[in-house]
Amino acid sequence: MTLALFKADLHIHTCLSPCADLSMGPRTIVDKAAWEGLDVIGVSDHNSCENALAVVQAARQKNLRVLPGMEVTSREEVHILAIFDHVEQALWLQEVVYDHLHGENDAEAFGLQAVVNEDHDVVAFNNRLLAGATELSIEQVVDSIRDLDGLAIASHVDREAFGIIGQLGFIPAQLRLDALELVGNTCPEQVSRRSPPCARFPFVRSSDAHSVEDIGKVSTSFLLVEPTTAEIRKALRGQEGRRVLLGDITVGGSVAEKQVVG
Amino acid sequence: MTVGEVAEMLGLEVLTGSEGLEREITGGYASDLLSDVLAHSQAGNLWVTLQTHRNVIAVATLKDLAAVVLVNGRAPDAEALAAARQEKVPVLGSQLPAFELVGRLYQMGIRGTS
Repeated sequence: MTLALFKADLHIHTCLSPCADLSMGPRTIVDKAAWEGLDVIGVSDHNSCENALAVVQAARQKNLRVLPGMEVTSREEVHILAIFDHVEQALWLQEVVYDHLHGENDAEAFGLQAVVNEDHDVVAFNNRLLAGATELSIEQVVDSIRDLDGLAIASHVDREAFGIIGQLGFIPAQLRLDALELVGNTCPEQVSRRSPPCARFPFVRSSDAHSVEDIGKVSTSFLLVEPTTAEIRKALRGQEGRRVLLGDITVGGSVAEKQVVG
Repeated sequence: MTVGEVAEMLGLEVLTGSEGLEREITGGYASDLLSDVLAHSQAGNLWVTLQTHRNVIAVATLKDLAAVVLVNGRAPDAEALAAARQEKVPVLGSQLPAFELVGRLYQMGIRGTS
């Protein structure tokens, strides 16, 4: 068993998110991620995963693992990041989300929601209110993700808007979260001091990029055997030598440098 | 009563959108959940909230609200301010907590919509 470092930015939006730049097409994202030295990225649009497959396809020739996912808005208006290994899992979650998401997008107010192929051709515009909240409680969102074998991460807990601490002020005791996400320079100790329940959870850092320049600006390195959600979960739990290296650690260029015998 | 008259009577700071101060207010709505405001506010309402992000302006535009009033001395995020400027949505600031502010609005004759 060989452990290696994988540099990951698990929270990236595409042009499907109304608030993201229209320039956030699959190849643009994949190229920038590779340029930033990322080994793993998560595709997470608001309440939809309709561009996830295109990003997976755009990364085929690259040494980059794309984990399809979604950023679900609970009825408390808390954002929860869902990360999967396979597009099919994300699509199952999307079905649950769509069943509980009402309203139509107003592109003038919220922005365009472009569904694209891997070449960034616009295939359709999604007209659901992706910026809206689902009727699902935060427990239902997290359970739906976990039941589909995905990672459930509370988005940007260091940001008031749509973060679990900002919206609820606490973390429900039974919530099956895998981790909490930081997007700023906040350190976990600061967050946990302000909100003690946070100390129960592992932390990751990601960019929550809505524009190209933000991709990889913030990242987390994981010591894993392979870049899968099961391995990431082990790292989050500190199991079997897998570890999380929080922060913006630049990983050396060659594969040999990256390998650590475990 | 216009947005400007309310601002003056309650000493609210006009953070942006002064071109909308002449607008007549149809009533008030207080909530911090955007989905709730989308569902229940009405055109011309004064919206009292502590949320300061960009989507607040999107909701105000979509629902054609007369103004957003931020409580507790909160300031809008830079992105929200830019959006409000562009959409000409008046954003007013109050040092008062929401309960106090809504009480005063009510005393002035502004009613919620039920």
